[in-house]
Amino acid sequence: MAGTSVPGPDTVVSLSSAKAFLGSRPVLRGIDLSVHRGEVVALLGANGSGKSTAVRAMVGQVALASGSLELFGVPQRRFRDWARIGYVPQRTTAAGGVPATVREVVTAGRLARTRLGPVRRADRLAVDAALDMVGMHDRAKDSVDALSGGQHQRVLIARALAGSPELLIMDEPMAGVDLAGQEVLAGILREQVARETTVLLVLHELGPLEPLIDRAVVLRDGCVVHDGPPPEAVGQHALPGHDHVHPHADAAAETIRTGLLS
Amino acid sequence: MEILEYAFMQRALLAAVLVGITAPAIGIYLVQRRQAIMGDGIGHVAMTGVALGFLFSTSPVWMATVVAVIGAVGMELIRSRGRTSGDIALALLFYGGMAGGVMIINLAPNGSTGNLLTYLFGSITTVAPADITAICVLAAFVVATTVGLRRQLFAVCQDEEFARVSGLPVRLLNLLIAVTAAVTVTVAMRIVGLLLVSAMMVIPVAAAQRVSRGFAATLATAVAIGVSVSLTGTVTTFYVNAPSGAAIVLLSVAVFLAFTAAAVPLTRKRARRAAAAAERCTLEEEGGTPPQGDDVKV
Repeated sequence: MAGTSVPGPDTVVSLSSAKAFLGSRPVLRGIDLSVHRGEVVALLGANGSGKSTAVRAMVGQVALASGSLELFGVPQRRFRDWARIGYVPQRTTAAGGVPATVREVVTAGRLARTRLGPVRRADRLAVDAALDMVGMHDRAKDSVDALSGGQHQRVLIARALAGSPELLIMDEPMAGVDLAGQEVLAGILREQVARETTVLLVLHELGPLEPLIDRAVVLRDGCVVHDGPPPEAVGQHALPGHDHVHPHADAAAETIRTGLLS
Repeated sequence: MEILEYAFMQRALLAAVLVGITAPAIGIYLVQRRQAIMGDGIGHVAMTGVALGFLFSTSPVWMATVVAVIGAVGMELIRSRGRTSGDIALALLFYGGMAGGVMIINLAPNGSTGNLLTYLFGSITTVAPADITAICVLAAFVVATTVGLRRQLFAVCQDEEFARVSGLPVRLLNLLIAVTAAVTVTVAMRIVGLLLVSAMMVIPVAAAQRVSRGFAATLATAVAIGVSVSLTGTVTTFYVNAPSGAAIVLLSVAVFLAFTAAAVPLTRKRARRAAAAAERCTLEEEGGTPPQGDDVKV
């Protein structure tokens, strides 16, 4: 178990003895967590276990009280290469005050690369490719307010993919998405895994993503209680007849689109 | 057009065009961030600036700009801290600014509350030649910011956390929005007035988003509405003796109502088309399975 958390040259995220507080409440009580290049890691736990706080600390949205955090081998405090990370925040139901089209939202994903500069041809192509990958190209001109939960989630994933990240961090991508929508998301993720994108997912339960997960880290009350193979499936996924397709074998059978983003 | 022969009307119409462009251009970001009331607050604070201009016999426009910028930066700092007491702090700032204005103007030589009145509701006869220079310079700054940095400002207002994770200088951009809003208030104060300026930041945007689906389209429509109503209102007050701000704001309310009425059949048509498209999509993706009820609407 300890072997999975030792940082090495291929370590993309390394969190050690991390402690964090929300107000005066300890949310992370000294967790060790590392993600290696090409891995698909699920961060599991009940509500309030600290899993969202852990990823929000990684992307600099929660300050650690103590412990260390490195991204691509650089201490988080000094990390500036944000284009290497694609972040899919927890989807909020609060709609913005002004409508925005799917393309406008996805184009914001290029800002880590364009910064204050203009949008160029390469940026537009990357946005097209990201929209293709999530199957939302035909909705590009629609308002995001008109989308369902699953479609909205696909737009947020496309926004993260538009920056061609090496590491994809997703916070509860399945929340508020129905089963059919979850299958679509699992397909999108499968394609990313086939492209060897490193993925860190915060999940409430493994659900249809289970066959994709290389390693699961389970948090309880701000402590790591499991770090290793995904825990035994419970509920309907444990029932006989449930497919357990290995992701890499499955992905090879899929048509791989022109690698504009890779 | 005989009204174009008057020099004061030429200045008033030029100022009106600039108000029509700048107020909705910055207002869209405030509306997107659900901060529509901010323009109103800056307007209140700017009253102190106008009064200081009278007191020191300098240009009220420049003095109002300085005070409004300081006030707006203060409001942004209160907002970004996200304190629960933020409401109270803003109230202190708003009403302190208004009371300060009334107090100071009465201390000024030959000053009275009456001097403030044209600044509160706008007046087409008060746009002095010196004001026009100031208004043009300030409006150029507002347009450069709101159009030049529209993608960055959109990202910051739409999803601040994502903007930060993208490595954008979010704090700086937020301050820039506050400063630009303050500058817009002083651009607009001669024609629309300090108490009504917020309406021009909000109502054209609110009307535009009734019919538009995207941010860029909303911005363009809002500016078109802004220019139309401010020009029409300014011309109206040439014939009707009333504060131009009142006419402009009433016209924009009318446009809002008209757009709202027009939006009902439009939304229905779009919903039908979207539903048809969704059904087609589902069939393709699921490989022939019957279309399923889509998941939760956001």
